[in-house]
Amino acid sequence: MNVLHFLKKNKQFTVFLILALLIVGTAIFAPWIAPKDPYEAVMTDSLTAPNDTYTCGTDKLGRDVLSRVIYGTRSSLTMTLCLVLVIFVVGTLLGILAGFFGGIVDAVIMRIADMMISFPGLVLAIAIAGLLGPNMVNAVIAISAVSWTKYARLSRSLVLKIKKNLYIEAALVSGTRKGKIIWKYVVPNMITTMIVTAATDIGTMMLELASLSFLGFGAQAPTPEWGLMLNEGRTYLSKAPWLMIYPGIAIVIVVVVFNMLGDSIRDILDPKQN
Amino acid sequence: MSKKLVGNRLLQILIVLFGISFLTFGLTYLSPGDPAEIMLTACGNVPTPELLEKTRAELGLDKPFLMQYGNWLKGVLTGNMGQSYSMKVPVVEKLSSCFWPTLKLALASLVITVLVSVPLGILSAVRRNKWPDYLVRGLTFLGVSVPNFWIGLILLSIFGVRLRWVSVSGGSTDFKAMILPAVTLAIAMSAKYTRQVRHAVLEELNQEYVTGARMRGIKERDILWKHVLPNATLPLVTLLGLSLGSLLGGTAVVEIIYNWPGLGSMAVKAISCRDYPLVQGYVLWIALLYMGINLIVDLSYNHLDPRLKEER
Repeated sequence: MNVLHFLKKNKQFTVFLILALLIVGTAIFAPWIAPKDPYEAVMTDSLTAPNDTYTCGTDKLGRDVLSRVIYGTRSSLTMTLCLVLVIFVVGTLLGILAGFFGGIVDAVIMRIADMMISFPGLVLAIAIAGLLGPNMVNAVIAISAVSWTKYARLSRSLVLKIKKNLYIEAALVSGTRKGKIIWKYVVPNMITTMIVTAATDIGTMMLELASLSFLGFGAQAPTPEWGLMLNEGRTYLSKAPWLMIYPGIAIVIVVVVFNMLGDSIRDILDPKQN
Repeated sequence: MSKKLVGNRLLQILIVLFGISFLTFGLTYLSPGDPAEIMLTACGNVPTPELLEKTRAELGLDKPFLMQYGNWLKGVLTGNMGQSYSMKVPVVEKLSSCFWPTLKLALASLVITVLVSVPLGILSAVRRNKWPDYLVRGLTFLGVSVPNFWIGLILLSIFGVRLRWVSVSGGSTDFKAMILPAVTLAIAMSAKYTRQVRHAVLEELNQEYVTGARMRGIKERDILWKHVLPNATLPLVTLLGLSLGSLLGGTAVVEIIYNWPGLGSMAVKAISCRDYPLVQGYVLWIALLYMGINLIVDLSYNHLDPRLKEER
């Protein structure tokens, strides 16, 4: 009953949670939802305008755009969630290490973070993704390499604040192991803020991944991925506008839903930030 | 900012530049593909083993990594960033010819951003929690959620394909060709900036001197224009400077869509054909610009707000 009460009280959160679950469901059940095989090329139906058989038309190889958009949810979601998880874990961990231990550890980690921050992220991400070789994993690596700094800085500042508390001193004096102090006393006190940051970041990260794919440094053909589909459709701007309309709408809907969900999570967990 | 602080900042910039250049050099060294082979095939030659050997020696690719890096660094310090593999021109020349279109585009979109977001942000803050505020907030929310490459494609298909106002093929850098890319860049930026303007104005409106002025019966309009706005401009100027820096590095997607002959599209092409000297030159140049602008912004901040000078 508690859950139900909570969901009723936070209506905005509930609405966007349901929408987000629907999107996740679309990704999981894509083979059952999609009317056709996203890879199946029917050359005779190449660049067909939307009609009864093809609700959203077909691309230059005669593949069904609707099915490709539905399958695109899979790659976009998995890539984005992996990315957010990686920067969340790596950034938070490095920030905790820097904040808790200080000294040389702090100096090394934070100077690297300074270096990354004093530089436009996308440029470096493009360079890394392009030079490592264009594929989805490298795109995730590239964006992680330039995005972890935000989490590291935030968690470091939180740790420095928590460290001043008496209970940490008491734990240190009574000889508790440092690992245990971090895990039992530091992490629980900062994890909420970190989760809020990660939740509000999902939409932005999705856009960045899609931009890399659009530039050709992310997902590769024939993967159904929205950014890549928009890039492929770019050539047929005048002949087949449906190639760019539907993947774009898909990106906007998913990003809006996850941004709103992130905002409402922030409002619930951390009302003072608003 | 005292001289010592400026010196520190300059030193820091040098260290970061060094780190960034080492990182990109390391990446090009580790990345798959042989530049010599790519260069030869690009010229239409059949890469025989002897020819490959010779080209590698010419490019200095047969030397150990640190020596290659050292040679490159020596070149950079004397203003020679090497020769572009794919375009057969000096990297410095290519960078400077691509720089002006990008700067022009960045400045144009910055002007649009200011013209759009300052009035909207003020309106939204003054009419807080009334319908103009909700409308503006909704628009900014949409603005940050829509990918700029999609906006670019839509604008291009409306004004380029349907209405034929602009050429779809692009390539020129005149005023007419600049409108669409500048607007595309400005949309996402205005959304972010409007939020900042709203936030800054709200922050000032909550200050005690505003309550004081209201109690003394000063007109609401005078409070806004004479007291609140001048104070709210400070953080916004900083933000504007920072956005110019990130704009110079963030135009790649839009430049590709509109075929704008700037730094961003050049970089993407250079990476695609593994033109390492050009990529390294580009990364270094953007880093230098970005940090230079940041430094200038920080310095100007001290001039704009004399209080900061006294504190230091």
